[in-house]
Amino acid sequence: MSREQMNIVIVGHVDHGKSTVIGRLLSDTNSLPEGKLEQVKATCARNAKPFEYAFLLDALKDERSQGITIDIARCFFKTAKRDYIILDAPGHIEFLKNMVTGASRAEAAILVIDAKEGIRENTKRHGLLISMIGIKQVIVLVNKMDLMEYSRDVFESFVRDYGKFLSELNVTPLCYIPVSAFYGDNLVSRSPHMPWYEGPDMLSQLDVLTNKEIPVKLPFRFPVQDIYKFTEEGDDRRILAGTVETGEIHVNDEVLFLPSRKKSRIQSIELFNAPVFERAQAGQAIGFTVTTQLYIPPGEMMVKVSENRLPKISCRFKANVFWVGNTPMIKDKVYKLKVATARVPVKLAEIVRVVDAADLSAMVSQQVVNRHDVATCIFETLKPIAYDLGQDIEGTSRFVIVDHYEIAGGGVILESLEVQETDLERHVKDREYRWDRGYVSREERKIAYSHCGKFILFTGLDKDDRTKVLAKTLERKLFDSGCKAYYLGFENLETGLDADQNYAQDSREEKIRRLGELGRILTDSGQIFVTTMPDLDDYDIGNLKKLISPYEAFVVNVGTSSFQEFKSDLNISKADDPREAINRVCKLLKEKEIIFEYSI
Amino acid sequence: MDALNKLEAQSVYILREAYRNFKNLCMLWSIGKDSTVLLWLARKAFFGHVPIPLVHIDTHYKIPEMIQYRDKLAREWKLNMIYGENTEAIKNKLTFPDGNADRLTCCRSLKSEALKNTLSGEWIRYRLNHKTGQYQPDENKEPYSGVIVGVRADEEGSRSKERYFSPRDRYNEWNIGDQPPEFWNQFKTDFAPGTHLRIHPLLDWTELNIWEYIDREHIPITSLYFDQGKGVRYRSLGCYPCTCPVQSTAKNTKEIIEELKTGKFSNIAERAGRAQDKEDSGGLETLRREGYM
Repeated sequence: MSREQMNIVIVGHVDHGKSTVIGRLLSDTNSLPEGKLEQVKATCARNAKPFEYAFLLDALKDERSQGITIDIARCFFKTAKRDYIILDAPGHIEFLKNMVTGASRAEAAILVIDAKEGIRENTKRHGLLISMIGIKQVIVLVNKMDLMEYSRDVFESFVRDYGKFLSELNVTPLCYIPVSAFYGDNLVSRSPHMPWYEGPDMLSQLDVLTNKEIPVKLPFRFPVQDIYKFTEEGDDRRILAGTVETGEIHVNDEVLFLPSRKKSRIQSIELFNAPVFERAQAGQAIGFTVTTQLYIPPGEMMVKVSENRLPKISCRFKANVFWVGNTPMIKDKVYKLKVATARVPVKLAEIVRVVDAADLSAMVSQQVVNRHDVATCIFETLKPIAYDLGQDIEGTSRFVIVDHYEIAGGGVILESLEVQETDLERHVKDREYRWDRGYVSREERKIAYSHCGKFILFTGLDKDDRTKVLAKTLERKLFDSGCKAYYLGFENLETGLDADQNYAQDSREEKIRRLGELGRILTDSGQIFVTTMPDLDDYDIGNLKKLISPYEAFVVNVGTSSFQEFKSDLNISKADDPREAINRVCKLLKEKEIIFEYSI
Repeated sequence: MDALNKLEAQSVYILREAYRNFKNLCMLWSIGKDSTVLLWLARKAFFGHVPIPLVHIDTHYKIPEMIQYRDKLAREWKLNMIYGENTEAIKNKLTFPDGNADRLTCCRSLKSEALKNTLSGEWIRYRLNHKTGQYQPDENKEPYSGVIVGVRADEEGSRSKERYFSPRDRYNEWNIGDQPPEFWNQFKTDFAPGTHLRIHPLLDWTELNIWEYIDREHIPITSLYFDQGKGVRYRSLGCYPCTCPVQSTAKNTKEIIEELKTGKFSNIAERAGRAQDKEDSGGLETLRREGYM
């Protein structure tokens, strides 16, 4: 049985003594490798610098020269009770993102305040962020008590002032400890210099912290991280891989995937080099097979049908965010949202307020979210996502925002909101309003060409060439009978019109947008535009239909359908004779009066 | 869940994130215990398969048992096994054992340079052909954009500052002062063309965790780590001219765990047997900035 481990982050304003606290702790608990202390002392002597415990941590050269912690360093030490990893987070404002990085994986926080210098901006900012990140266990160290003559009054005024600030953030520290890290007062044992202090020393306080319980009691959430089908050695399992966020599930339980709303049932629980399990629970990185052939993309959330507390699904939500990007977060720019395993394009719709970390007052008129701001905002995703609210489930309510390859912000979803009008709908309305029309009308083109302009889309789940062959055959047939038909494979866009786009993996929405805009133009020109795009879901087709309005799409599904509720105009099964299938398409086009009887 | 289960779950999650986001992904396998645990974790993550090529940098000064063990496991587990080397330096004897370079320069040339050029595909890669059992030049010369590495934060100072997903620019450089944020379980999985990422699934593991896990999972590990009756064993593996065995009679994983917990190694750094670390106070850091693992 391996020992319990706990991650603790240590935060506070620059120079308030965080690294000294850890250096001293490592040294006093004999956690340093043999000779390390002597080595650092010798280096100091050689460079004629007074020895500081902080040097033990600031192991990197450029830190030693600047004397500040640039990044988080992990230190390992143990007590009789458990093993600790201490994350030393930098206190300098420039490195706030590093501080949050450290804090976001900690179970508890030690907040260090310099008794002489007092509460500074980052003392407050770090308090605010700790509350936002969701750390519940906080220990406040009032450091450098030696410089204040170990005064009880000084200590108690800190307890009052900072306690008031923290309580506004709903943070109640477990305790306040007066210490002098440099002299080791109240760190690993009670100090004789402060007999008036009756609380625990820091080390004893650490040992009474508790690790978060594995959330098996909460509703089951399994964000699908990936779908594997490794065929080597005759393996035919199709495995949904991921980590169970909360709750538990059994073989044979009925499951629902969100936001697609597809349903299935657990067939098996998959783990390598382990016995067969009938149950999976929170915390496990695991896999499942399901009883039906189910096609869902990674990023869907699997939940249990029998549980009634389902995640929210929407395109709009309110959230608290902190921004660490080099450029401010602005409205109407497309960012990438990563929540659990889902990745979707997102826009900042509204800034509700920006919090001033110094006094927690709200600034309501700010138009952008600047670097190091903490704000409450409303976001709109270009596609519905499944998520929970921060107060319900942590793992599925936390997100990051990616701006040009970099994680630029993080946040927690507070509230699910209804969408009045999506961004796309606004765009299309605006586009149509501004459309500059030529002198030739739609009706005139129809008479001249003997058919309507039309957007015909062949789709289906399978990415084989069959769909394309059908589409091209239709183009041929329409052309041969005098129609102005034009086939364009969507791949052609990537190497041509969209070649300037450096398509990242999740830019499917952008591809769809471009195809839709092109469809709108070609249909308007009176042609029959035939194209293919595999594996579209209901939202994708909804977006395409909106984009080509005021025209309508004609959708032909080939083989297995990728749609959940959307009904295609025509379904062609794999077994159908291609020529017969194309005849059916033409027949339906005639019925719908897109092409006229005499033209074919 | 105990600590090992948590570490395992986190590493598996990271491996899956890497596999999901990188098209040209590889995993460095030094044959040592850490990267062998990493290889085992890949089998966990991908349900018995290893869909990622394994890259080994052969300095040709590796302890011979290491290469035998590498090829044995590669055959048994059907690994996509690749190795690279600094052919020129070895041919022209520009090495420390040949007396033509100091230790750091030798490391830089046989490891860092070889690694950089093997990853970028500029130098020849050799790939194990499972049909013939022999290595042959690999036709794939595409650069790897994601490289999974088994470094641990507790090894030494500069490694303790690593991220799980750590970007390197096109010159392989590591900008320690400006690393990407990692909030909760969200990592940097987007990267600009020309850059690549190092991925570190074992960052939070300690040496003791590694041995406990090897013991629990019965991971086959090279016998160099165990005393073969002469009262010495290796604690860390590398090139034989620069790696010294330690005095120890630990003959199996259980005895190593006991030794680490209570014995004479509980307070001695693991890399103490590695001579190149000692050449200047920031020796390993200098190497790591340049791409050393």
